[in-house]
Amino acid sequence: MKPIRVVESTTVVLPNANVDTDQIIPARFLTVTTRHGLGQRLFADWRYDKEGNPRPDFVLNQENTREGEVLVAGDNFGCGSSREHAPWALLDYGFRAVVSTRFADIFRSNALKNGLLTVVVDEETHRALLAEPGIEVAIDLEAQTLRLPNGKEVTFPIDAFARFCLLNGKDELDFLLEQESSIAEHEKTLPLS
Amino acid sequence: MLSAASTGKGDEKPSKAKATGSRTLFEKVWNAHLVRPENQDTPALLYVDLHLVHEVTSPQAFDVLRQRDLRVRRPERTVATMDHSTPTSPPGADGRIVFLDRQAESQVRQLERNCQEFGIRLYPLGSDRQGIVHVIGPELGLTQPGMTIVCGDSHTSTHGAFGALAFGIGTTEVGHVLASQCLLQRKPQTFAIRLDGALPVGVTAKDLILAVIAKIGVHGGTGHVLEYRGSCVRSLSMEERMTVCNMSIEAGARAGMMAPDDVTFEYLADRPLAPQGPAWDEALARWRRLPSDSESLYDREVSLEVSTLEPMITYGTNPGMAIPIGSPLPDTERDPAVEKALQYMGLKPGQPLLGHPVDVVFIGSCTNARISDLRLAANVFKGRKVASGVRVLVVSGSQQVKKQAETEGLDRIFREAGAEWREPGCSMCIAMNGDRLEPGQYAVSTSNRNFEGRQGSGGRTFLASPLTAAATAVTGRITDAREILGRS
Repeated sequence: MKPIRVVESTTVVLPNANVDTDQIIPARFLTVTTRHGLGQRLFADWRYDKEGNPRPDFVLNQENTREGEVLVAGDNFGCGSSREHAPWALLDYGFRAVVSTRFADIFRSNALKNGLLTVVVDEETHRALLAEPGIEVAIDLEAQTLRLPNGKEVTFPIDAFARFCLLNGKDELDFLLEQESSIAEHEKTLPLS
Repeated sequence: MLSAASTGKGDEKPSKAKATGSRTLFEKVWNAHLVRPENQDTPALLYVDLHLVHEVTSPQAFDVLRQRDLRVRRPERTVATMDHSTPTSPPGADGRIVFLDRQAESQVRQLERNCQEFGIRLYPLGSDRQGIVHVIGPELGLTQPGMTIVCGDSHTSTHGAFGALAFGIGTTEVGHVLASQCLLQRKPQTFAIRLDGALPVGVTAKDLILAVIAKIGVHGGTGHVLEYRGSCVRSLSMEERMTVCNMSIEAGARAGMMAPDDVTFEYLADRPLAPQGPAWDEALARWRRLPSDSESLYDREVSLEVSTLEPMITYGTNPGMAIPIGSPLPDTERDPAVEKALQYMGLKPGQPLLGHPVDVVFIGSCTNARISDLRLAANVFKGRKVASGVRVLVVSGSQQVKKQAETEGLDRIFREAGAEWREPGCSMCIAMNGDRLEPGQYAVSTSNRNFEGRQGSGGRTFLASPLTAAATAVTGRITDAREILGRS
């Protein structure tokens, strides 16, 4: 994975709270056996009508949003199913970060493992971001800050290990495999090994 | 049990635990599986006892193993089945299974190849042990108290009913577990859900968990492991406990757990893969030490008196939007999310749900497709007919459940009533296999998610118990089963 330090982009705003992973990528698209090409199915049921034509009122179908790499979403984004296809679809579409007041646990874990930043901000900052779609923001992973166009910076929490892996382009699996001797030692203590 | 602050901070926790020396069920299981504890820089390294695998969330993980020339570290701790993309229509006369499309079939075949290549036990289509992964784990006796259990599936929380720490993971983590038998995890907080009293007649475990989710909200459990406690939990059967723990994720919780007791042990005794003989005695002694110590502290705690509960039903587009079945729909003035949900559902604030017509009734899923669920439904169908124009699907959770139901003659009751008696699988809960709602259709479902389009693009779902589903099937309108069966 390529190291990630800064994401600078305009925002795309999807204000709905509790957006579940069935909305991010409907289950009928999950019979794939690779992780590629899901971007065209992202938010499929909100984005296209029954005939498959783009719905003009959905945010991703509006002209000025195509360049946005930062999705500003409502509270509790990514709830429901554990499907990693949700962050795969968001990344494949072109998003590199999601900003919200809260993320569902499994979604956040999946997103960070794939290099999709999950940025938790306070309610006041969130309101400001929701109110002004399309503004330019800068997310600095090293400093753990999100900067607004007016220069205001807010900090965001992120797990130290996930941050380390993302900043250095490290794979968590490498770290796990390096723990072989501790794992083998633990297995000796198991009742049912 | 002492009550802790309602929103404990992570850094308060260790001091509390040290102060009492008491540990919760979760902490006992967590500690026993720590290969390495967490510190500020690194999450805990948690050992996984049992890894369940299905066709949808595993192919990309096996690809990583191949790309990196890795083996499955502990194939004997890994068990696979197929349930999501599989058809629920029986094989043809020539024994051929007809899939929805080539991609669904190819996904199932990929799991077969992966299991063969990596030496993993698979219960495939055609096996008499195949079924929904969260139904067959307990049924086989694979699921045991005190274990850590993971699966690339959020309803893995089901297995917490046995006092296991069981949670859903993503596909990258499926790869981690295949390769290392471990996961990197931050320690979640604990949340006691105290359930006291006895459930009234006609009120089921499904109604109980819908009431809990309505109370704490769809993100009420985020970052926490729930422990269901109290006299009500002790009175539930294992199948009812599984229904409750299954939907812990719908409150956002990492997992849901219940202390094991004699009900648990009785369920497990003589299951094919449960410990036998001296190993059983040894396991039993270990399992009896698992329940939370009496002075245990939780980061959060709520209580619910269950003896006044009514059958619950959802009206909106997430499982927290639920009301007692006889109540009117809520006002939307203060909540744009409810307004949007009612708009999707084609419902109006203040209207009653009782009497609302439905097109489909789905009885199935890892929440409510065990034998006791089918018995509840069959009791309503017996001597009655499905209302004209309503499609009813009854989908067993596993081949074993299906066989048992057929032995008891339940299949005949369903068929004679006019319901479809189908092959086991996830079916219309996730609508990946062709079992789906048409746009605009209304369904009462015993499954776990009423998200927009979950049961088919444009479909509209009311979640409820098997009793409510069956009563609705015979009247064609949302019905309180107590009006049919009586209240005693």
